Amino acid sequence: MENFMKLEIAALGENESFARSAVAAFALPLSPSLMELSDIKTAVSEAVTNCVVHAYGRETDAGKIRIECRIEKTGFGGTLHIEITDFGRGIDDVEKAIAPFYTTLKGDERSGMGFTIMQTFMDEFSIESEPTKGTVVKMSKRIGMERTAEIPRAEERERVNA
Amino acid sequence: MRICAEQRDNVLYVRLNGEMDEYSAALARRDADRLAETYAATSERAIFDLSKVSFMDSTGIGFLIGRYKKFQRYGVPVYVTNPSAGTDRILEMSGVYTLIPKA
Ligand SMILES: Nc1ncnc2c1ncn2[C@@H]1O[C@H](COP(=O)(O)OP(=O)(O)O)[C@@H](O)[C@H]1O
Ligand SMILES: [Mg+2]
Repeated sequence: MENFMKLEIAALGENESFARSAVAAFALPLSPSLMELSDIKTAVSEAVTNCVVHAYGRETDAGKIRIECRIEKTGFGGTLHIEITDFGRGIDDVEKAIAPFYTTLKGDERSGMGFTIMQTFMDEFSIESEPTKGTVVKMSKRIGMERTAEIPRAEERERVNA
Repeated sequence: MRICAEQRDNVLYVRLNGEMDEYSAALARRDADRLAETYAATSERAIFDLSKVSFMDSTGIGFLIGRYKKFQRYGVPVYVTNPSAGTDRILEMSGVYTLIPKA
């Protein structure tokens, strides 16, 4: 059976760290490299932070963020699929929003690089948004694809040599 | 995120320790700006040491540029050192190094 997980959290700043760590922990069975783990954590942090700061605003009660992950096994590695959904204000012009350096919160020291980082650090990225309804960010990353049976990872080599 | 400073030969070393995200940045900003107010007048340059930063997302871009502007008011140039590979990629692609070079 395909492995999956589903998580629903309050859109609060203190959950940013928990959310990225939870997704990284879920990816561990694919034996990701430290760099792959760092990429996943960063992309998840960007998407979740956007839900916290943009989707609901800070004035009202926190809304919720849904995080769904799925692992698709392929050959020696696999693909981690991540979907991050909010039910907030949505985005009027998605093309504009994902452009590098575009931000609607200039005063907050925001860089407008969140979507650019998600696109750079993951292999696949897409976004669907409906004003007043919410936003879904979908991202995938292939993990451990370059490994083959002939070239075991360092820790496996050690085990074999021991 | 913990921040501490050390001044040696008129160089201010600002060491960041822990995770930098939107949530942790508010306190980090306050602490770093206090250090700027205390030490900038007697510093020739400030070096932000990222070797103990275990995580950083795009929040770090705004954080570093904000501190750069703060130190600029005192005429103190800012540098960064020891970014992780992931942090390095973020700072490179956002052009941070054009304002804040690697020491
Ligand atoms: N989940 C969301 N809900 C509503 N608006 C969003 C959401 N995510 C991003 N946005 C909009 O897209 C813009 C760009 O996002 P991003 O690239 O992460 O930069 P930043 O967060 O620094 O503003 C934001 O400023 C905001 O206007
Ligand atoms: Mg963002």
